[in-house]
Amino acid sequence: MATLTIKDLHVAIDGKEILKGVNLEIKGGEFHAIMGPNGTGKSTLSAAIMGHPKYEVTKGSITLDGQDVLEMEVDERARAGLFLAMQYPSEISGVTNADFLRSAINARRGEGNEISLMKFIRQLDEKMAFLEMNPDMAHRYLNEGFSGGEKKRNEILQLMMLQPKIAILDEIDSGLDIDALKVVAKGVNDMRNSDFGCLIITHYQRLLNYITPDYVHVMMQGRIVKSGGPELAQRLEAEGYDWIKRELGIEDEVVEQEA
Amino acid sequence: MIETKLPFDQQYVRSFSEGRGEPDWLLNVRLQALAQAEQLPLPKPDKTKIDRWNFTQFSAHLVESAPLSSLEELPEQVKVLIDIAEEQKNVYVQRDHTCAYVSLADELKEKGVIFTDLATAVREHSELVQKYFMDGVKVNEHRLTALHAALVNGGVFVYVPKHVQIDVPLQAVYVHEKAEALFNHVIIVADVGSKVTYVENYISTCERSEAIVNIVAEVFALDDAHVFFGAVDSLAKGTTTYVNRRGITGRHARIEWALGLMNDGNTISENVTRLIGDGSLGDTKTVVVSRGEQVQNFTTSVIHYGKHTEGYILKHGVVRDEATSIFNGIGKIEHGASKSNAEQESRVLMLSPKARGDANPILLIDEDDVTAGHAASVGRVDPMQLYYLMSRGIPKVEAERLIIHGFLAPVVNEIPIERVKKQLIEVIERKVK
Repeated sequence: MATLTIKDLHVAIDGKEILKGVNLEIKGGEFHAIMGPNGTGKSTLSAAIMGHPKYEVTKGSITLDGQDVLEMEVDERARAGLFLAMQYPSEISGVTNADFLRSAINARRGEGNEISLMKFIRQLDEKMAFLEMNPDMAHRYLNEGFSGGEKKRNEILQLMMLQPKIAILDEIDSGLDIDALKVVAKGVNDMRNSDFGCLIITHYQRLLNYITPDYVHVMMQGRIVKSGGPELAQRLEAEGYDWIKRELGIEDEVVEQEA
Repeated sequence: MIETKLPFDQQYVRSFSEGRGEPDWLLNVRLQALAQAEQLPLPKPDKTKIDRWNFTQFSAHLVESAPLSSLEELPEQVKVLIDIAEEQKNVYVQRDHTCAYVSLADELKEKGVIFTDLATAVREHSELVQKYFMDGVKVNEHRLTALHAALVNGGVFVYVPKHVQIDVPLQAVYVHEKAEALFNHVIIVADVGSKVTYVENYISTCERSEAIVNIVAEVFALDDAHVFFGAVDSLAKGTTTYVNRRGITGRHARIEWALGLMNDGNTISENVTRLIGDGSLGDTKTVVVSRGEQVQNFTTSVIHYGKHTEGYILKHGVVRDEATSIFNGIGKIEHGASKSNAEQESRVLMLSPKARGDANPILLIDEDDVTAGHAASVGRVDPMQLYYLMSRGIPKVEAERLIIHGFLAPVVNEIPIERVKKQLIEVIERKVK
């Protein structure tokens, strides 16, 4: 069973500290949600875990099953079992979705152990049908000209094809209508098993109506300031964040405008 | 200083022409061209200085090559380009200057299609060749066009009769083995309402210390004709190349180019489409990879004369090592070419700090009632794209490879012969590695 452990994580971008000591442990089988208003450091946490080149870890540690994640290149982190569904996936012209996915799968499997074309196509067809995606999307260039909703579905398609140990979903619900949201949730729920852990970053409770988290954390000022069960998300939905700010004596929850 | 006196005189050209049994008109074109070559200046490609390049000095104009009795005799790297098992092939293979193999399907012969080496065409279809030879590209444009006309020693002639539509591609492979100087001339005439696809490869099996290749291709798409012209150039490092591919359109004609320009030597490439007929279209797609210390200049022009003409230029170039690549794109709309549209896009990807790339989009418009647009960029591999691919477990080198292949895909995907497409991908692979 995989365990991602984050200890006292401090992260800066362009010299400005955004995360100021995050502690979090995600085990296989657990779904965690991180909630919080905009600009409190949620996306920074996901970027730091994956190794985004602009984010600098200034203090603390991230380990996956005891292995030092911060020592790994981005691709090594992915092959070790991490996955980040991005808020703004890149568009890559001239590379088809299918070719890209096959390269990604084969990169994990290693030379000499490549997936057979037949098996790959079968899996891809199956997952795309599950996510109600147009089969044409396999042959379109990666994310190029995809609508916001198509991009999000495509991130979940990758999640399902790559079967990571721990996935981080960075605002996977933003810009989705209710039908698309249900499909995305269906994909994530399908992944649920004792070997798969998930960190869901959102500032809307809405997504959590469809994906039930085991743990809910609230982030403000670059730290996790409150943790609880699914009932915490419901209270946030009903009452907003002000009661937490009052409780903790926080006046301004923002660390910086997130990009 | 480069010697400006030409190495071959009137007497040589006369005996060469007579030796090949050429008609008088061609001998006269050659002699006049030679006289002009001595006077005319070199071309002046924008932003590349070529006065010290050797385009004119060589000691042998001809080398001996035997025809092949079978395509099996070809070297492996050439053989892979051709579907040898196919009986009704439409293939021309030239070793240096000499036609080594030519084959045209019976069905096309019966329809009057001509697909043969230029020397044979000159003897058998003299009037037809005379009408088009150096008509699209003029002898007196500059020293290299004149020298070309004077010393032509290889090439192909294609004629597609009126309303004949050929669905299968005609393929030409020009193999550079040991020639010191190749003056290759390609003529494609698509008569009224006809349709043809022609795909050529220039490939080196040698790595001569120094060689000169001077290519002129003239494409005539008469009224309502449609020509698709694909090319993959992969001449070796020591070769200095001047290549001029020119298209002329009649009314409602279309010429589409897909050019994979992968030479390893210094290269000046001109690709000009003259949209003469109303309602005609020119579409140019070019991809380039430059490496080592090579210097290359690619000028792509579409010139609109007819009304309602459409011109599209798309160029994607990758530059690595210490190579220099200049991309000039010119969309020109002449007075009277109303309702025309000129669009162009040039993108250059730099893979190393010492690489030099330059994209110069130029629009010259002499008519009010037109539309035009251009986009150009020079940059490095987008770090966010790399991050995205790597975040799925793809190693950096492989991620870069995917991005580069994707960047060059607009032309690679256009190549209609699967074997040639595969070879282009392999050449790209080799050049970007």
